Amino acid sequence: MPHWLKPLVLPVALIVLFEAWARATDLQSDSLAPPSAIGRALIEALGSGELWIATRDTLASTLAGLLIGSAIGLMLGIALGLSSGFNRLMDVTIEAIRPIPSIALLPIALIAFGFGYRMEIVIVAFACIWPMLILSRAAIGGIEPRLLEVARLLRLTSADRVRKIVIPAALPRIFVAFRLAAGIALIVAVTCEIAINPIGLGASIMAAQQALRADLMLAYLIWIGAIGFALNAGLLLAQNSLFGRAALAEIAR
Amino acid sequence: MRRPDILWRLGSFAVAAALVGLWQLTADLKLVSPVFLPGPDKAWTALIRGFSSGDLMAKLLGTLAHMLYGWLCASFVGIALGAAIGASKTMRDYVAPSLEWLRPLPVSAIIPIAIALFGLTQGMALFVIAFGAMWPMLLATIHGFAVVEPRLYEVARTLHMSRLAVIVKIALPSASPDILAGMRLSLTVALILSVVCEILAGLDGLGHWVLLSARAFRSADLFAGVILLGIVGYVTATAMAFAERRLLRWRGVGH
Repeated sequence: MPHWLKPLVLPVALIVLFEAWARATDLQSDSLAPPSAIGRALIEALGSGELWIATRDTLASTLAGLLIGSAIGLMLGIALGLSSGFNRLMDVTIEAIRPIPSIALLPIALIAFGFGYRMEIVIVAFACIWPMLILSRAAIGGIEPRLLEVARLLRLTSADRVRKIVIPAALPRIFVAFRLAAGIALIVAVTCEIAINPIGLGASIMAAQQALRADLMLAYLIWIGAIGFALNAGLLLAQNSLFGRAALAEIAR
Repeated sequence: MRRPDILWRLGSFAVAAALVGLWQLTADLKLVSPVFLPGPDKAWTALIRGFSSGDLMAKLLGTLAHMLYGWLCASFVGIALGAAIGASKTMRDYVAPSLEWLRPLPVSAIIPIAIALFGLTQGMALFVIAFGAMWPMLLATIHGFAVVEPRLYEVARTLHMSRLAVIVKIALPSASPDILAGMRLSLTVALILSVVCEILAGLDGLGHWVLLSARAFRSADLFAGVILLGIVGYVTATAMAFAERRLLRWRGVGH
């Protein structure tokens, strides 16, 4: 069997088996639907506007939260990575806040902002700060010390030092951190919507469940999976074409 | 610890204390409405009151139970499945890619399916937590098995070891750093999913507690719950890191 075909065998076999089983038993269920019905529901949902509005809402919150959170995380990470004194002083504070699960902030964000984009963005941003902070701090700590000596010899101002030496040297690893944060952002956004927030894909899949539309619910599940896959694949592609092997060192660890 | 280290540590605690003081000041001056931001004094009183009335203790134990049962189920299933898939080249070729495709799926998206299957029950929570927490361990185990030093397998062949013996005596110990790292990641996933399930299904736990407090605008109780969740996250992660160091100590010698 050709090499590229092997990964496809299992999913195709499962789909065919499930379809056959559903037809043989004339499946009537609130929780399961045959693949053909899921496919029809997905095509129908793609044709209507609702799925696209939900997708837009989810992606908008994800991206806004991701950008805000990673900007804060990156700035803190750079500051902590450059000054070991500052890093040691902030240690207890960071270790005390970091373990709070982002979803636990949901009720706080709810009473502070009400339903909608804002609460979701705040929670996504909170979740994105930590991977960005930890990994960019490590990336800066891993910069070749001679580069920093050069900066000192050239008497660069600290702004120039960050802009011309630190960020370019740590950029591949910072991008890896950004890719990880993007994955977390989407997960947190969908989780918010499933738990409380009545917008986006998470709310749509809950609505389909409550309407006992198993086919539509599973169609949304597949669509959410496809979006997660596309986001990850897109960022991976960008990482490989922008940095090539420079970013691989981080993944291996 | 050397003396300067202790001084830095003290300084670090001082910074944290100063930030709590700033929080107190913000709350006292009512810069932010007390409906959203109670002072640390109020949150602390709520925490003590919650524990002395017994409610909060029950909620804490509820969350810990959800989290640990789900995580233990996930550990057994994840490592066993990972070993079964990782130990065979054929299985890795056929099954592992499908799992990689599923990896970026936000696990919380299976909550509606679990609700449809099990209703708003403890079983639903257990399924969701176990399913979500299983992935990091499953993928880590497969990866750990895939990168076992090939010469160890050759040794096993010359010794005519059975397949099970190879897995137990060679592959599992060799993959243990990956597996333990997966278990540490899963712990965080399990905590988050426990909170989400409690919020959605109204199961006894801290997730339910913080939601009810928010609905009633009892912000001090709400903050007490969030602080407690932070402590749960910190303690479980620290315990896991400690266990990891103990269990992997043998790798330090003889390498």
